[in-house]
Amino acid sequence: MEPLTKLTGVAAPLIRANIDTDAIIPSREMKGVSKTGLADGLFAGWRYASVGGREPNPDFVLNDPAYAGVRFLLGGENFGCGSSREHAAWALAEYGFRGVLAPSFNPIFFNNCIRNGIAPVTVSAATIAALAAEVSADPQGRPLTLDMDALTITAPSGLTAPFPLAPEAQEMLRQGLDEIDLTLTAREAINAFREADKTRRPWIYA
Amino acid sequence: MTGKSLFDKIWDAHAVQTLPGDAALILIDRVLLHERTGGVALKSLKSSGRAIAAPRQAFVTMDHVVDTLPGRTDKTLMPTGTAFIVETRNAAREAGLTLFDIGDERQGIVHVISPEQGLVLPGATLVCPDSHTCTQGAMGALAWGIGSTEAEHALATQTLRIKKPRTMRITIDGALAPGVTAKDLALHVVAELSSSGAKGCIVEYAGSAVEALSLEERLTLCNMATELAAFSAIIAPDDKVFDYLAGRPYAPKGEQWTRALESWRDLRSDPDAVFDVEAHIDANEVALMVTWGSSPQQGAPLDGEVPSYETVAGRDSREAYDRALDYMDLKPGQPLLGLPIQGAFIGSCTNSRISDLRRAAAVLKGRKVADGVRAICVPGSSQVKKQAEIEGLDRIFLDAGFEWRDSGCSMCFFAGGESFGERERVVTSTNRNFESRQGPGTRSHLASPETVAASAIAGAIADPRPLSR
Ligand code: SF4
Repeated sequence: MEPLTKLTGVAAPLIRANIDTDAIIPSREMKGVSKTGLADGLFAGWRYASVGGREPNPDFVLNDPAYAGVRFLLGGENFGCGSSREHAAWALAEYGFRGVLAPSFNPIFFNNCIRNGIAPVTVSAATIAALAAEVSADPQGRPLTLDMDALTITAPSGLTAPFPLAPEAQEMLRQGLDEIDLTLTAREAINAFREADKTRRPWIYA
Repeated sequence: MTGKSLFDKIWDAHAVQTLPGDAALILIDRVLLHERTGGVALKSLKSSGRAIAAPRQAFVTMDHVVDTLPGRTDKTLMPTGTAFIVETRNAAREAGLTLFDIGDERQGIVHVISPEQGLVLPGATLVCPDSHTCTQGAMGALAWGIGSTEAEHALATQTLRIKKPRTMRITIDGALAPGVTAKDLALHVVAELSSSGAKGCIVEYAGSAVEALSLEERLTLCNMATELAAFSAIIAPDDKVFDYLAGRPYAPKGEQWTRALESWRDLRSDPDAVFDVEAHIDANEVALMVTWGSSPQQGAPLDGEVPSYETVAGRDSREAYDRALDYMDLKPGQPLLGLPIQGAFIGSCTNSRISDLRRAAAVLKGRKVADGVRAICVPGSSQVKKQAEIEGLDRIFLDAGFEWRDSGCSMCFFAGGESFGERERVVTSTNRNFESRQGPGTRSHLASPETVAASAIAGAIADPRPLSR
């Protein structure tokens, strides 16, 4: 994964509450047994004029050329609710998103973002509204800046909002780290724990 | 020192290491996979050159995209579904995992077969790349839904790195009125607390009404914890759980059973345990429920009406409310009883167990599905199907005009193959009524299996109580 330290990029507002993972990537768009090839189906239900079709819906924000090269999404409450499909994060990442800003996230989706190099940025609805007002006036000319060291998001006007993130999640995103590698450094401790557990709860291992 | 909650006890018994930020490296006892996401995880794991740490503790079933029409093969109505099945099967075999394949009598919806086979055990940790894994918390296990990358992590390391969730206790005291089911209770809880009401929390369901529920009813209640945005749900295991598990294929046997049982009896929250959040529900107030909108929290008493915006303003934004009504083609004040339907679905990990089918069959017996209604029953597992056929329930469903399917997720969700039609109104025993969940443009109303059965007969949303016997 690409490390994510400081990134300036275009932000698109899609401020609706409860954007669920099926809206992010409809199940009919999850065609292959693979993590890739999903960007095309991102927001398909809203993005295209007809179900299963590919003719762009001109009213959908990501189809507006002003948002070309978009990196950040401004969302509403309970972003990523619904099915736990990780495809939602894969599709967003493949499309080019490196950050999703929302007042709250579904916890599974939140973790899936971190695992896939997308910063889940929790800021207030008022901050999102202010950022949206600012960027939508001139999306290309007014990009947002994500600072993963300071854990802030900043608009060109100077509006800066801090956001919380667990230290480990911050490190993973900053270093583009794979979690499995991180855990396997503790392999001996895991094996020792399991051996002791086998005498405590043998039925788990039967 | 304050006491520990049931969750704390299981957490502590599985914490290999503490990690920064109130997290821990948690030992995972069971990994369950299905063909929709399991194949992806297994394939990706293999391509990264990593091995599975404990293949004997991982199990794979076929439920999400498999066909449910009788005489099924690897062919699916979902385009490319066959690839999911074949790749998952091959990857599972190659990795030496136990596979409940198409045609295997143990096959079924992952959350139905896990208790059925005794895979999920009290006090154990269990993960599955599926958001309704919380269902299995009814067995007294810490079972939760993960993403596909986490599944890879669990397979490769037999652990997960997780931030400790906040604890919430939902105490349900009182008694459910006759005819009110666990599904009505689950819909009531979501309507009361909202679809973010337990956000990120591990919910312990407690109270006299929960204790009174049968094991299968508890599975239904826990199933919808993800509709509260919970991390998961759990219920302290009691004799109902132990009796259910005794003799199941993967449950401990002999001396191990005795030892296990002894340790399981301690699995309950200490009386002085403190929870981060407490909520109380009065079981006496729970009515028969049906959803009117496109979010599970948008539910109302069956004999009620579509609420006005003012009634739900604390929970739904104006936009969400208007959008739901528009999508569902409903108006405020419209009675829910009597809304004409075109589809009826009994199935899913919420309500497809034998007790669900028995109750629905009691409503259907000797009656016919109304003209113009497509009615489908999909048993939750091959075992449930077999048992239902032994009891003659299949005949009741078929004689009434229901389709009688092979087990799987089927039309609980639209995978690109089969679906109910656009703008069709469907009463369904499933757990999600999101836009297009059961087909592009389909309007889903969540309800109990008996309400679905009664509605199928009436051709409109109907109260099952006059028909139950
Ligand atoms: S039955 Fe429905 S909710 Fe349950 S696991 Fe299958 S698709 Fe998910």
